[in-house]
Amino acid sequence: MTAVAAARAEQILTHLMDAHPSPADGDLPQRLVTMCADQVPVTGAGIIVMTDAGPGAMLASTDGPARTMEELQFTLGEGPCVDASTSGRPVLQPELARTAPARWPGFADGALAAGVRAVFALPLQVGGIRVGVLDLYRDVEGNLDDGELAEALAFADAATSVLLHLQAKTSPDGATRLVAMVEHRAEVHQATGMVSVQAATGLTEALVLLRAHAYAAERPIADVARDVVIRRLRFDLEVDRHG
Amino acid sequence: MVRDNEEPGDETWTGTRSRTREQRLAQVFVELADTLVAQFDVIDFMHTLVDRSVELLGVDAAGLMLSDQRGQLRVVASSTESARLAEVYELQNSEGPCLDCFHSGQQVVNLDQDQMRSRWPRFAAQTFDLGFRAAHALPMRLREDVIGAVNLFSTTGVPLSADDVAVGQAMTDVATIGLLQERVGRQKDVLAEQLQTALHSRILIEQAKGVLAERSRISVDDAFMAMRSYARKQGRTLTSVATAVIDRTVQPSELQLAGPARRTSRVGSATNEV
Repeated sequence: MTAVAAARAEQILTHLMDAHPSPADGDLPQRLVTMCADQVPVTGAGIIVMTDAGPGAMLASTDGPARTMEELQFTLGEGPCVDASTSGRPVLQPELARTAPARWPGFADGALAAGVRAVFALPLQVGGIRVGVLDLYRDVEGNLDDGELAEALAFADAATSVLLHLQAKTSPDGATRLVAMVEHRAEVHQATGMVSVQAATGLTEALVLLRAHAYAAERPIADVARDVVIRRLRFDLEVDRHG
Repeated sequence: MVRDNEEPGDETWTGTRSRTREQRLAQVFVELADTLVAQFDVIDFMHTLVDRSVELLGVDAAGLMLSDQRGQLRVVASSTESARLAEVYELQNSEGPCLDCFHSGQQVVNLDQDQMRSRWPRFAAQTFDLGFRAAHALPMRLREDVIGAVNLFSTTGVPLSADDVAVGQAMTDVATIGLLQERVGRQKDVLAEQLQTALHSRILIEQAKGVLAERSRISVDDAFMAMRSYARKQGRTLTSVATAVIDRTVQPSELQLAGPARRTSRVGSATNEV
């Protein structure tokens, strides 16, 4: 038994950072999908950024069919990635030709024409924070077995961290370390909720604020979160927001 | 909304304290069975199990771990933050009753403090630091399949009676069947997905606790109580209520009125209580 469960996602992140001497952050999504398609028995993989309005941007893809799949969903606003993001659950389609035409007619036509035969769309999320979708495809029909799906989910956790990391970098005081976010202590998630109210922002931005503060203060995020939960630290201008 | 009837959930138990355990036990099994046939929410179900374990077994906290397909355990539900921490320490140190129980498929109960120290030195030290004096574990097992374990923590160290162990195991067995049934119901090996979904539901609930605590100026524990009471009254899952809190489609005023008598806000109780 190796320690805690996010271990695999941490390994993936470490590998992504270490594999290249001076990793440029912008390459991280591309390196992640490449590594994912290599480690999980799928033909290709891609990452889509999701917004409340639907697919937001195509961030990375390993090959033509993966790109086509993303473009289709981006254009049509329908498909397994869209559903995975909305529901917050993986959408597993081992036999696309049988199941997709009824569910997503536009997407099915295009994806099948591009040679996609099975799709596994995994939401990139931290509880209520939904940042995107990792989509995997196969050029032959067939399911991922449980171990393969677990590996794919570990890549999804790693991809979530990458996306949050990239978001933090674009915020004003944004440098943060790339760490697995999913298995943090409960206080981190409680504090995220509290900060979202204090700073009148979404959960994603609240988490980014927490991480940026922790980084700037050179403190573990769990400690910062604990200060928020015991109300020793606030993230607003003392605006009173009684509910 | 008016508080006119007794809470069907967490709070019943002050009202039923006088009833016999058999009566309460019957209610709990009905409750667990209801959860199985109605809309099934894994995280809700696990919370019900740990809360009822605390209520019925004379322990002070309980937690539940499930195994992923790599055989790694993950903390899925805990009745208090201290219980959750104890379980996290157990995983970090790779030692403790839950792990022994999971690997052997056997109950690990009623070790005294010396036995705990010699068997799990790091886990014992950290668990005692949290204020617990005993830790027990019951396997979640169906025939040869062990899918996880329930941890029970006591601050007094009073041993579990044979009845406590039997009742705890029976509740655990029902929960195990429920979980396995859900996997079968969805037609394939969905262990990885079920676990993933449960973990994200747990995070979602923590985030919602934070949102509600801040909006209502109450502790995160009180926020949790309010959400649970509301979920039960409305016949909704905890996950859906948590989502509504985050989306602001449920207002704090509705939740608080649905909740138990307002307790004084115990700021920071989430991390300090034992």
